[in-house]
Order: sequence, then C-alpha cells, then structure tokens
Amino acid sequence: MIKIIAIREFKTLFLSPLAWTILAILQFILAFLFLTQVENFTMLQPQLANIDNAPSLTDITVTPLFGNAGIILLLVTPLLTMRLICEERRNKTLSLLLSAPLSNAEIIIGKYLGSLGLLAMIVALITVMPLSLLFSGTLDFGKLFANVLALLLLVSAFASIGLFMSCLAGHPTVAAMGAFGALFVLWILDWSAGLADKPSGLFEYLSILRHFQAIQSGLINTADISYFLLFISLFILLSIRRLDKERL
Amino acid sequence: MTTLISAKQITRYYGKHCAVNQLSVSLKKGQILGFLGVNGAGKTTTLQMLCGNLAPNSGEIYINGLNMLTQPKLAKRSLGYVPDTPPLYKDLSVHEFLCYCAQLHAVPKATIKAAVKLAETRCGLTDVSDRLIANLSKGYQQRIGIAQAIVHNPDVIILDEPTVGLDPLQIIEIRGLIRELGQKHGVIFSTHILSEVQELCTDVMIIRQGTCVLNTRIEDLPADKSLEAIFIELMSLPSAGDL
Repeated sequence: MIKIIAIREFKTLFLSPLAWTILAILQFILAFLFLTQVENFTMLQPQLANIDNAPSLTDITVTPLFGNAGIILLLVTPLLTMRLICEERRNKTLSLLLSAPLSNAEIIIGKYLGSLGLLAMIVALITVMPLSLLFSGTLDFGKLFANVLALLLLVSAFASIGLFMSCLAGHPTVAAMGAFGALFVLWILDWSAGLADKPSGLFEYLSILRHFQAIQSGLINTADISYFLLFISLFILLSIRRLDKERL
Repeated sequence: MTTLISAKQITRYYGKHCAVNQLSVSLKKGQILGFLGVNGAGKTTTLQMLCGNLAPNSGEIYINGLNMLTQPKLAKRSLGYVPDTPPLYKDLSVHEFLCYCAQLHAVPKATIKAAVKLAETRCGLTDVSDRLIANLSKGYQQRIGIAQAIVHNPDVIILDEPTVGLDPLQIIEIRGLIRELGQKHGVIFSTHILSEVQELCTDVMIIRQGTCVLNTRIEDLPADKSLEAIFIELMSLPSAGDL
C-alpha cells in the first residue's frame, strides 16, 4: 500500500511542470557553481603542488558543490513538499485516502517516500557532475560517498519537516513558508551558538548544518546519523498524529 | 437479510456544538436508505462517521460486522464512499484514476483491469476513459466519483448528494445506477429532493438537528400524505432544544 501511494505521488510530481522546472533550474545553477570550483582548482593547481597535505580535487570541487546544493535544496524542498497533504485537503481528495482501507501511517509514509524519490533523483543528478571529472582526474570515492550520504540525509530531514508543515497548514504557501522558516532557523542555530561567549551545547547539537558538515568532511559518525534519523522519525510521527487528529 | 451497517447511538460534537446526537442507523442488503434533512442537520457528518472519515465522540459503528473504530482497515474494505465533492485527482485520466482507486482498495492485481472496466461501463465512462478528469464536465466528474466508490465491488455504498448540479437526463441515469446498485449492495444516500427518495428508496430517514425524527419503510408512510407534507410537518414541530 505504501508503495502504491509513493509511486502515485512520484508520478504526480512529474505531471505538473513543477518537478521538471525544479530539476532543470537546480541542475543549471549547480552546474555553474561546479564549473567555478573546477576553474578554481585549475588556477590553484600549481600552488597546491608545493604544499604538503594539500587539499585534493575532491576537497576543492565536491565538498563545496554538495554544500551549495544543501543550501539551495533548503529553499526548494519546501516547495516540493508543500502540496503533499495540504492540497489533498483543499481539493477534498483526502477523503478518498481516508475512506480507503489504509492506515494513516501508510498514507504519510507513502507520501513521504514519493517526494523523497524526486529528491533522491536530484541528489543522483548532482553526483553525476563530479563523476565527470574521472575522465581526466582521480576522485576520493570515500569522501564522495560521505558527501552523497550527507546530502541524502539532509534532504530526507528537509522533506520530513516539509511534510509535517503540509499536514498543519491550510494553504500550500503557508506550508512552504513554515517549512522554510523552521529549516532556516535550524540551519542558523549554530551561528548564534558562536556569538555568545560560551557556545550553547544544545544549539550546537540542534543545528542541522553542524551535523551535515560533520558527515560531509568524511567523518561518518553514528551520532550524526542518528541525529538525522531521529529528526526524520520525529516529524513523520508528528505528521501521522496530525492526520489522526483530522478524524477526531 | 444480512445487516451491512449497524451504527448505535453515535454522537459527534464540533467543539461545543452537537452535530449528531445519539443517532442509530442500520442498513441491510438490498436496502436503499434515503437520508433527508435540512442544511446543517448533520447528514454529511453522519455519513463521514459511517465511512470512518470522522470518529464519533461516542457510539459504535459496525460495517459488515466489523467495528469501524477498532478494525478500520478491514471494515473499510466493504465500503464505497462518494463525498459531496467527488474526490478526484484532476491531472489523471479517468482510467489511471480508477486503477489507482482499485489499488488503494486492495483489488487483486490480476482483476484490476476487469474491475475498472466494469465500473467504467456501469457509470457510462467508457468513451471518456482516456481523457483527463480536469477536462470533463461536472456530470462526468460526478460519475467518476461514483465509479471510484464501486470499483472494488463493496457491500455498502454511501453517497452524499449524488445528483446535485446534474442535468435532468444525468439525474435519471444516476438514479437508475443507484437502483441497480441497491439490488446487490446496500446503499445510503443523502439528498434534498424528496421525490427522489419516494421514487428510489426502500427506506427513509429524516434527521433534524442531529437526531432522528423519522425512520421507516417507504411503504409504511401514510398513504394520504405526501413525503413533502410529512417532511414539512416534522420540521415545523418544536425541537427538543426549544422546549
């Protein structure tokens, strides 16, 4: 059942121009940024040759690319997830799912996986860019894998909060704004932690950015992975609870 | 006759407002129950509760002997529901949409094609099968709404004002369809058209401010009075709240 809803959701995204537009624009922007990084590397290459332990091609191109992709996806994911439940409710199609023999968990997880499908596709397309460097150079695959994993976990977290906001809001724009606001606060929490004399441990832990960068650096730590998994499960659970409330 | 729906003393509050008060509904196979009441009487709320879209604050609902509150997934298998606004994904074609509904209602994969085809034929949708739902007229959309509810061949079909906004010919067609469905299934539908009830239904239930004021077989209605006269009489009586 989850599969059926997920596939339908994924296909529906491609029925509107939204998914295609997002894919095209993202690819264009990130390709441009990637190209700048490659250019940078070719300029720096002679100097790097003289330094011991110099940053590698992967460090200079891949890590910034995935970092930028994270920021851009922070803006884009709320737009993808805003319609998930909200629009069903507005178009009164939610009753189709509610009167079908489905549990609320199946509806929510199906919807979540459907939108995650598109996000995974975006991550895959981003990964192809550095792989093109293999024609003339070598890559640190370990680091590339860490970056892909970090970005996948990051967008999964973005999508879960977007889904929750879509369950709450009465209008898709409100859902998008809510998700964007929540994500942005979680992203910049780390900055305020740095401002005070004593960095706040709690804020540091809550900041998505910190965990994302930790994995990105190649240090795949259980603490960071569990942060994301907890984050995702929390918002999926909250979404299910919210849908339950619809009946009460 | 098997009892398909048995709802006992269901009550539903919206905040402090009591929309449905201690209402009991029962439906047997072969029955068509007409659900009447003025706007805001609690018709839609009752139907939504019977379909599991809303939970009652108190009372029990059994569909085919299965408790809607404790075994919702099993109970909903024998239900088809057409809400007042048909729930349609407008960017799908009729065929795609009905296939999706069949899948959602756990129709076995091998029989989906046949089930969708049968629903399309019964609702007169064969000619528009490949068209986008968004481009079809309201009458067709209403029929897709009904097709969606019968595609999995449920025992109980619940329709919320199925003939609103249709032209006279379409109304006659939909009524014919409901009559046909009533032979093999149990049907509940709400409406504002009293003649429709007299013409179609085997039973009638009139509710007022969330309580049942009349529940009887059509044959048992007094022969010297029209349903309209009875309805107006019931509505003009002082309500429990006024006394």
